[in-house]
Amino acid sequence: MRAFTQHQGIVAPMDRSNVDTDMIIPKQFLKSIKRTGFGPNLFDELRYLDEGKPDQDSSQRPLNPDFVLNQPRYKGASVLLARSNFGCGSSREHAPWALDDYGFRVIIAPSFADIFYNNCFKNGLLPIVLEEKIVDKLFQEAEASEGYKLTVDLEAKTVATPSGESFGFDVDDFRRHCLLHGLDDIGVTLEDAELIKSYEDQRRQTAPWLFGAGR
Amino acid sequence: MAGKTLYDKLWDDHLVKQRDDGSALIYIDRQLLHEVTSPQAFEGLRLANRKPWRIDANLATPDHNVPTTDRAKGVEGIVDPVSRIQVETLGKNCDEFGILEFKIMDQRQGIVHVIGPEQGATLPGMTIVCGDSHTSTHGAFGCLAHGIGTSEVEHVLATQCLVQQKMKNMLVTVNGQLGKGVTGKDVVLAIIGKIGTAGGTGHAIEFGGEAIQNLSMEGRMTICNMAIEAGARVGMVAVDGTTIDYVKGRPFSPTGDAWDAAVKYWRTLHSDLDAEFDKVVELDGAEIMPQVSWGTSPEMVADVTGNVPDPAKEEDPIKREGIERALKYMGLQANQAITDIMLDRVFIGSCTNSRIEDLREAASVVQGRKVAKSLKQAMVVPGSGLVKSQAEAEGLDQIFIEAGLEWRDPGCSMCLAMNADKLGQGEHCASTSNRNFEGRQGFGGRTHLVSPAMAAAAAIAGHFVDVRELLN
Repeated sequence: MRAFTQHQGIVAPMDRSNVDTDMIIPKQFLKSIKRTGFGPNLFDELRYLDEGKPDQDSSQRPLNPDFVLNQPRYKGASVLLARSNFGCGSSREHAPWALDDYGFRVIIAPSFADIFYNNCFKNGLLPIVLEEKIVDKLFQEAEASEGYKLTVDLEAKTVATPSGESFGFDVDDFRRHCLLHGLDDIGVTLEDAELIKSYEDQRRQTAPWLFGAGR
Repeated sequence: MAGKTLYDKLWDDHLVKQRDDGSALIYIDRQLLHEVTSPQAFEGLRLANRKPWRIDANLATPDHNVPTTDRAKGVEGIVDPVSRIQVETLGKNCDEFGILEFKIMDQRQGIVHVIGPEQGATLPGMTIVCGDSHTSTHGAFGCLAHGIGTSEVEHVLATQCLVQQKMKNMLVTVNGQLGKGVTGKDVVLAIIGKIGTAGGTGHAIEFGGEAIQNLSMEGRMTICNMAIEAGARVGMVAVDGTTIDYVKGRPFSPTGDAWDAAVKYWRTLHSDLDAEFDKVVELDGAEIMPQVSWGTSPEMVADVTGNVPDPAKEEDPIKREGIERALKYMGLQANQAITDIMLDRVFIGSCTNSRIEDLREAASVVQGRKVAKSLKQAMVVPGSGLVKSQAEAEGLDQIFIEAGLEWRDPGCSMCLAMNADKLGQGEHCASTSNRNFEGRQGFGGRTHLVSPAMAAAAAIAGHFVDVRELLN
């Protein structure tokens, strides 16, 4: 996994709560058996005026000029500023894959849906929860000044604005550790293989019905 | 010290290692696999040269992409080549790694969350995961069950464990008796309407109270299924006689001494009387009416006797904008009566409501009646091949067909429209599924979430009606 330490990038403000994973990447694009190539279809139904189809050249499609990511000032944005309950709905990891493929590295919101939040960390994306009033302030600043950038430091757990104002955020230690070092967490878990085996042996004794049934 | 909640008990029984940083390794008893969220996980295993940790903990079936007509041709009958590759890839992966798969032609094929319980592959007290957020369904059996992303599917395949942080405990109690014509679906929609789509975020919800205890396993599954729509990855109901009766005699269920030992353990799977919850919500079951969603989020629900809300009366500006946006997308007017919403299609199916009891409820409403001529389509999609054959043995298929509904083959179908079953732009659908997000059932489609009985009543009327008026 790609490590995440610090990041500075242009902020795109998406002023809408309850953005669901169907909105982030509609189901017709989930038919791929790969992890890459979802970027052109990120927010497909909001971003384009026509209905998106898999294996289509999206560069030829009519854009919705009202959608935030289609505005020239947000070109190259890598920090998505969002509203509450971002990523609600399905468990599809295609949602963080699409955000990542588009070029986002950080998503800031007052709250995230649990599964989406977790999936981000598996893909080198950093979801940051900030208080609603701070998010409001960032929305105002991002909309007021073109080229507005935020600087995120995962080691220090801070988000800094261009004026030098800094906000701290919480992230649990294990996720932070894996992200800072780009660790393969399967490898980390397998360091405890003996422990898993001994748990399993004990369960085979106490709950034998959990093993081998139906085969 | 306070007693343990059901969630605490399940957590403790599956704890392999508590790490110093607050994370924990939790052992997973069962993983269900389907074609959409597993290919990249199997590919990851291959790239890292890893093998599945415990083959017999996995059970697979294709469900999201499968057609619901013309199934005699099997995989070859999937017209969309991209869908076909996904279903074929699941088959190849299961064959390569030796994982049991109910393939498209197998009568046991169906929606993962229907076949797990049906086979007894879902047993009380298990930890169950699947790359699908509606895995919360299995919590109806006193399981710790939740959806995971594809990286975690790979993690469970490789290690039989997940790295987890413990959630908070939430109790939703539904007291009293439900009225006639009010089902588990109405209960869960009413709960989501009350607590909101983020009301359970960060929590494992236990559903309890007399109204929940009186529900069948099908009703409990419907409620736990939609815990995720209230923001909670996990929904649960304590084990009782109803649970144990359902599990008994199923293909994967234990027998003999193992059964007796299992039942003894399962009887402990309830929250202790002195357990403490971080959050408690109470509803009066008698006050719950048949529900209809009017908007583009599952919290946007109203009683069938009610009206579409007026955004002008909402004080919170973000919520007001949300209502305005939803009404525009849904093509509805503020204050419009719910029963004035005209429908184009009716969909009875999905992991929320495609079990035998759901089909019986729907059939009892349409029996001897005809689908409204104004509808373009009304379809019934059973949750599995076995549900289908059971329904046919009971003659339900004939009741549906005579009333003018289509009788289809099992799969996820129009719940998320990954196969050919979808809404056209602007079409209104009474749907027994779980999500009314924009475009969920087809580009520009307008979904109204309802119970099977309400969907059946709507199919007869061509618009929403209070199903209680049709029940004698």
